[in-house]
Amino acid sequence: MPESTETKGISRRSLLGGAALAAPAVAGLAGLAGTGGDRAHAGNGNTHAGHSEFPHAAFAAGRTVNHRANGFNPTELLRDFDYGRTRRLASGRVVREWEIFAQDREIEVAPGVKYEAWTYNGRVPGPTLRAREGELLRIRFVNASEHPHTMHFHGLHPSFMDGMPGIGENRGGGQIEPGESFTYEFEATPFGIHLYHCHVAPLAAHIARGLYGAFVIDPKQGRPEADEMVMVMNGFDTNFDLSNEVYAVNTVGFHYIDEPIQVQRDSLVRIYLVNVLEYDPLNSFHIHGNFFDYFPTGTSLEPTEFTDTVIQGQAQRGILELKFPYDGDYMFHAHVSEFAELGWSGFFRVGDPSRLTAAAAASMYCDLPWGKGSPA
Amino acid sequence: MEAGARAERNFGAGLPTWALGLIPLALIVAAIAGFALLGGPGLGERTGPPVEEVAIETTVLRPGEIELTLRNDGPDPVEIAQVAVNDAYAPFAAEGGREIDRLGSTSVTIDYPWIEGEAYEIFILTSSGGTVDAAIPVATETPEEDVGFFGLMALLGIYVGVIPVSLGMLWLPFVRSLGREWLGALIAFTIGLLAFLAIDAGLEGLEIAGEAPAAFGGAGLVFLGGLVAYLVLAGVDAYLAQRSEKAKASGAGAAGAGYLALLVAIGIGLHNLGEGLAIGSAYASGALALGAFLVVGFAIHNTTEGLAIVAPLRDRSPGFGRLLALGLIAGAPAILGAWIGAAAFNPSLGALLFGVGVGAIARVIVQIAPVMRDGNGRLLYPATVVGIVAGIAVMYLTGLLVSV
Repeated sequence: MPESTETKGISRRSLLGGAALAAPAVAGLAGLAGTGGDRAHAGNGNTHAGHSEFPHAAFAAGRTVNHRANGFNPTELLRDFDYGRTRRLASGRVVREWEIFAQDREIEVAPGVKYEAWTYNGRVPGPTLRAREGELLRIRFVNASEHPHTMHFHGLHPSFMDGMPGIGENRGGGQIEPGESFTYEFEATPFGIHLYHCHVAPLAAHIARGLYGAFVIDPKQGRPEADEMVMVMNGFDTNFDLSNEVYAVNTVGFHYIDEPIQVQRDSLVRIYLVNVLEYDPLNSFHIHGNFFDYFPTGTSLEPTEFTDTVIQGQAQRGILELKFPYDGDYMFHAHVSEFAELGWSGFFRVGDPSRLTAAAAASMYCDLPWGKGSPA
Repeated sequence: MEAGARAERNFGAGLPTWALGLIPLALIVAAIAGFALLGGPGLGERTGPPVEEVAIETTVLRPGEIELTLRNDGPDPVEIAQVAVNDAYAPFAAEGGREIDRLGSTSVTIDYPWIEGEAYEIFILTSSGGTVDAAIPVATETPEEDVGFFGLMALLGIYVGVIPVSLGMLWLPFVRSLGREWLGALIAFTIGLLAFLAIDAGLEGLEIAGEAPAAFGGAGLVFLGGLVAYLVLAGVDAYLAQRSEKAKASGAGAAGAGYLALLVAIGIGLHNLGEGLAIGSAYASGALALGAFLVVGFAIHNTTEGLAIVAPLRDRSPGFGRLLALGLIAGAPAILGAWIGAAAFNPSLGALLFGVGVGAIARVIVQIAPVMRDGNGRLLYPATVVGIVAGIAVMYLTGLLVSV
């Protein structure tokens, strides 16, 4: 929420104050200035290049983020679950292992806007680590950054595995200095959607720089088959004024406007939603034309709510399950509208995009329940 | 010859003067070129990220779009990446390109359905993630610069400049009916008025300079403008004095009085140029509601300027044409200022013009002050002190009518 602390541009009001010229707002000759630009807001939901029509906030046309240079693409990152490597102990217990390195890296968070990020495995958010309840997890953390970092997991574990500076240094843990490494080891519990992040002070800066990721623990019995995706709601304070200039899910502002998330009609979609947003107390997720079952923290298999909007504070997370009954493009965005217009907006594209013509829409209308001769 | 002998011992003796002037210049150019070509030996690479400073020079609002003119005020090139209006990213086009070199400028046209009367805050995100903020306190469509617009600005200048000053000159008969002993007090009153205007213009110039690119001088422009205006007026004065020994000899006599009135008119005119500039730019940006109240306020505030012009004319009976000319010299620059301010406002130019006004007034004060001297040659005695303070007080009190 950028605040203009110092306005370098011309504030004509202050100019007038100095000139001792500003008058009480008496209308008069001012009418000669003509009328302002109050125009109808064009509302074509399918045009989002945003030329003169301004259907919704968007970045300037003709330019996109270079995902190749970034080393990750939010479209791929969405369904990218990192299961690590597994092996089975003699006892029959599964050990799941990952190697994560912290790395300083410049990433493009909006077209043309570079940010000196701190990353896990070169990407923001870090890899979505996924395990099954009860497994033994070993995460070898190598700090290849120029700054001290840790991995602090949300979950059940002993204090020296907490990734907390000042605790566990005598066992090689605690704060991990540049060039050092440590292996976090704990049991995957409880099942749900969790997160991990760096816990080195200053905490807000270490998190805001990009050191966070989602951490999924599946229940032993699993969950119903679904098209699963991870959405980490984040933001970037590019000018370091302790407020964010760019908001997003999975880092790149408006990415899913430019590349809508393709899903199938009538099939179950499961979203692992995590809020890591720094500097703003709340974030939210809202979907158009649909409702979802919400499982807070994913720690229960029974939803607590059937809704279309959910609010999360920092580190709050939950699982969303929904089906799209109709083809078309459906927006999803923070219903903190400011965040939505500063990048945290996207589209689900249901079905075949070629059907999104007027003719197709008309034929779709025939498929509607009330279009089939149901009682008026 | 002794001089010749010394010259023979000196380096470069015997060379023509033009060569002595040019050789050091050539050596300086060669040294700088060599330094630049070698990349500044010994200085190494710069440390730290680039410094981005961008000033917003003009803001133009048209239906559905906002146009900003940006100038790169920092040492490094700046690339504009994105633009947000009231915390919403908006599509935009950069007419002069997104890259702005040092001291270069570009204009950014933002698509945005702004609403009349609302306030807007714009931030421009650069490629390094830095932000440049711009504010539109009250959105209103920027007037088209057609004949009607310039006509309106001229009318505005006449309202706030020519008419009030001319009205103020109607005090001439009153001034002439006062006794000779009142002359010092009258001049002192004029000096008080001028001192107020100088301070007012100086402060306003400094305020505008705060928004101007520092690379072009910023606040320095106010002082430079003031110094140059003072020197130019002093030079013109000396030149005229040379040409007319009579005027110089007569001092505060009849001819000198007309000359002093002209000087006061010029000083006030240069001040009104800056004032017109401020009004014009404020009008164009919609921050100024041109109500009858404001025009009345200006009439009262600026009529005192007319009194200042006629004060030196106590002992003269100038023709109507001459008085009209003085009124136009003092008031008409407000028209020109309003045109410049509305059509091509630029904070650097504004700061410079306000500085010119200050310098001109300072010169006028210095020039007319001797007229205040009493029989003992004193400048400050009870009558003149009261006059100066009264002049300042009148300007201050009438100024309240045109401030918020």
